[in-house]
Amino acid sequence: MPFGEAIRLALRMLWSQKMKSGFSLVGVFIGVTFLIAVVSIVEGMNRYMTERFAGTFFGVNTFHLRRFPAFSEDVPAETWRLWRRRPRITEDDARAVEAGLTVPVTTAWQSTASATVQYRGRIARDIEITGATETYFEIKNYRIERGRSFTAQEVRAAAPVIVVGNELARRLFDDRDPLGREIKIRDNLYRVIGVVEAQGNLFGISLDKFAVAPATAPVKKFTNPPGLVDAVLIRAASVPEMRLAMEQTEAIMRSRRNLRPNQDNNFALETSEGILDVWGKINRILLAALPGLVSISLVVGGIVIMNIMLMAVAERTREIGIRKALGARRRDIMRQFLVESATLAVVGALIGIATGVLLAQTIASTTPLPASVAPWSILVGVLLGGGVGIAAGLYPASRAARLDPVDAMRHE
Amino acid sequence: MTETLIIRVQGLTREYRLGSETIRALRGVDLTLRHNEYVAIMGPSGSGKSTLMNVLGCLDTPTAGEYWLSGVEVSRMNDDALARVRNREIGFVFQTFNLLPRATALHNVELPLIYGGVSAGERRRRASHALARVGLQDRMHHRPSELSGGQRQRVAIARALVNEPSILLADEPTGNLDSTTSAEIMAVFEHLHGQGQTIIVVTHEADIAARARRVVTLRDGLVHSDQLQAAA
Ligand SMILES: Nc1ncnc2c1ncn2[C@@H]1O[C@H](COP(=O)(O)OP(=O)(O)OP(=O)(O)O)[C@@H](O)[C@H]1O
Ligand SMILES: [Mg+2]
Repeated sequence: MPFGEAIRLALRMLWSQKMKSGFSLVGVFIGVTFLIAVVSIVEGMNRYMTERFAGTFFGVNTFHLRRFPAFSEDVPAETWRLWRRRPRITEDDARAVEAGLTVPVTTAWQSTASATVQYRGRIARDIEITGATETYFEIKNYRIERGRSFTAQEVRAAAPVIVVGNELARRLFDDRDPLGREIKIRDNLYRVIGVVEAQGNLFGISLDKFAVAPATAPVKKFTNPPGLVDAVLIRAASVPEMRLAMEQTEAIMRSRRNLRPNQDNNFALETSEGILDVWGKINRILLAALPGLVSISLVVGGIVIMNIMLMAVAERTREIGIRKALGARRRDIMRQFLVESATLAVVGALIGIATGVLLAQTIASTTPLPASVAPWSILVGVLLGGGVGIAAGLYPASRAARLDPVDAMRHE
Repeated sequence: MTETLIIRVQGLTREYRLGSETIRALRGVDLTLRHNEYVAIMGPSGSGKSTLMNVLGCLDTPTAGEYWLSGVEVSRMNDDALARVRNREIGFVFQTFNLLPRATALHNVELPLIYGGVSAGERRRRASHALARVGLQDRMHHRPSELSGGQRQRVAIARALVNEPSILLADEPTGNLDSTTSAEIMAVFEHLHGQGQTIIVVTHEADIAARARRVVTLRDGLVHSDQLQAAA
């Protein structure tokens, strides 16, 4: 029997027994729904991490010089104790690195602390206040939506000006123009000169609740003790140049700190790659748990389909006898039932794909998790469905194929 | 004359094992059939008529003995080869029609062609032609439940004929039909015989057997008598 015909026959069969088919689809349906939804979310996070986080949040071709890594996982307590004893990074370190690098780079330094921001009666708590040099915006890829960022001159002059994040601006000023307004942070007034374009959120945490003032401005009083900085940000023009700049920075810092060759670095050079590595691990854990979940429901789905197919074979014993009497070979009967169970499972998979996509979109729009449907997961869903269907159909189909035509036709 | 022999059966036995008991349904049947013969098989219930028909129709394999169909020994064929013989050489008509209930008359008649690998267009053409031959050209899209018993049996005959088999086997084809309808079906058989079809019909009824040119009587799994008779 031609293949198209077999599928048509199978679909007609499924349609004529909707209830039973619906029931038998559940396992495959759930498995594939899971697959699509989880993969979509992981994929969405991936996109987010590589495109937005690595690019914008961290900066392209950028590395940070810090006391210890800002992004790290599973750090043993012992390591932590060592890290905390390290000397801090100073403005002098930043200047020395900037002066010593032969690679063309852009350098900035920053110190950050959390503080409450006030504007007339309005209060915004837990806002990240950063004191930085003027190049900070360029390195972070912060586009200024309104107004401007501060200048080198303003940094030198310690001007009390400030650039605010999108959400902070909204909280303090609603729809009013933020530019020129004076906000208060820890008893000092700052004039708002710019608003940074919205950065969105990460795991539900807004990336727009911040303000950046010149490092020399009064913010320095609470972000860090005098002369110390959280990080030096160094941006090169390309990855090789960044690597070279990192080597040079390492050498400069080691010599400034008089480290002997056998001593480890007592500072950290961090790139977005390092963070993406951490993400990659989380990613792999999520994806590693997925096959378990999916295969449990697929196995259950397969068993259900097998039972349904055994019932179908029993019910249609007479039909099988008739077909054999008319010249159907074993493989014809085998194929008929395999196509039927594969069709059953693929239909389940297709419904699962539709539901999974819908679920992913619902999650993306109602929770902070991003989602992006991966085309490969749809293909895998269909193939898994078909595979489960064929595997589950093998035994019932071979039973059908081996039926004796005379006995089968006598069957009621 | 061997070239016109369609069936040659020698020492055919068929035993059924039921636990420790062995039922010998056929105990050494010899039979030959030439092209365009019209044979009625009679005999009391349990004499082995259906068993013989199933073996002749390649639905069942003999326990021992030889069965040659159109010069080929089928008693030693494997499953797939037998399926091919059933498909190409044999048209089988059953007492209970054995139509697929969910399929239309046309689709039922197309089934042997599907397994014969005939293309869709050709299938349709040949199936409608076969239905027309049994007078059902205007019932092609009816399902069995929408047809009378006689019409169902005619669909089954069309299906048996659609592959132009060398032999048409019918096991009590009128067993489930009233006498008027039976007469119609037997008229169809006679017409087909007139067109050169070789036919074997199993029947209990003497008036139906009377229409055949030859009557073979079975008794206890053996050929009891084999007589030629004039056309009725
Ligand atoms: N599958 C089977 N298993 C066991 N015994 C069987 C089987 N089929 C037939 N028989 C036995 O073989 C013998 C011949 O049966 P068969 O059906 O050929 O008779 P029949 O001549 O067609 O009878 P009827 O006129 O009632 O149809 C009977 O004794 C029957 O019980
Ligand atoms: Mg019988």
